[in-house]
Amino acid sequence: MKAHVWVMPKQSVLDPQGKTIQHALASLGFAAVKDVRQGKFFVLDLDGMSRDEAAKQVERISRDVLANLVIEDFRFVIVE
Amino acid sequence: MKFGVVVFPGSNCDHDTHHALATVLGRPVDFIWHQSEDIAGFDAIILPGGFAYGDYLRTGAIARFSPVMRAVTKFAKSGGLVLGICNGFQVLLESGLLPGAVLRNAGLRFVCRHVYIRVEHTDTPFTRAARPGQVLKIPIAHSDGNYFCDDATLHDLERNGQILFRYVSPDGRESAEWNPNGALSNIAGVINHERNVAGLMPHPERAAESLLDSADGLVILRSMIDSLARRESQSVGASVAERVPA
Repeated sequence: MKAHVWVMPKQSVLDPQGKTIQHALASLGFAAVKDVRQGKFFVLDLDGMSRDEAAKQVERISRDVLANLVIEDFRFVIVE
Repeated sequence: MKFGVVVFPGSNCDHDTHHALATVLGRPVDFIWHQSEDIAGFDAIILPGGFAYGDYLRTGAIARFSPVMRAVTKFAKSGGLVLGICNGFQVLLESGLLPGAVLRNAGLRFVCRHVYIRVEHTDTPFTRAARPGQVLKIPIAHSDGNYFCDDATLHDLERNGQILFRYVSPDGRESAEWNPNGALSNIAGVINHERNVAGLMPHPERAAESLLDSADGLVILRSMIDSLARRESQSVGASVAERVPA
């Protein structure tokens, strides 16, 4: 069983990397791109537990380790 | 009085910090390995600069879970003096011992140069040797020093006098121009509510000898020494008082 976890800077937080990417895209002619937010994507391989238990653990892992809730939000899905 | 300097894999200012305390200031200092949970006998702990655990995930995020941090957290909760410098500050933020977080520098660059910081409060163990509003010339060297917290936290920090240092001009004016990394409200360092845990992005240990352009960092280290000396004389006073019947 695998979990996919996305960690993104909060909307209220300035994302200087995303902004720089957006500027680069604009200079390449991709004028339609008005904003870019850069985040992180994790793939966790889990073993020996139910889907519900996995969801509980991934929630904890995301909250305590993968994301810093002062500046980031997270979401995850459990995939087969 | 004994200082402990924590060594994480990737710490690279541990020896500078040891040098400033032991050689320049002549105080007893020992290194503490990150696997150790035994910090008995230390009166102040310094988390030095560097790239603990390669700064993987986020700066300070993995170091926070090292065995030594369990001991440091206990030490801090019992009133022990803890100072985090640069990466050490990031570890304290990640561990929740200090409020807020750091983001990538606004200019996305690693910035390595002298900056000016103003001492905002002198009623702390880390700044008692400073004059109110004193401007210190101390170098920074970081990619992620852009301090951030939410509005409610900023309000609390202001109200409780927890903003310890701000980036300013050489004559002490606060402006965006003298803010090297985009830090919220020009914040260079903060202290906890109990006033025994502090952190800052600039490196006082790199400004400990006038030969190296500035010795202003000694103000912070000397403040800690003064504070420990006061604590020692108070506890000697207390134990004498216990033995002498009123």
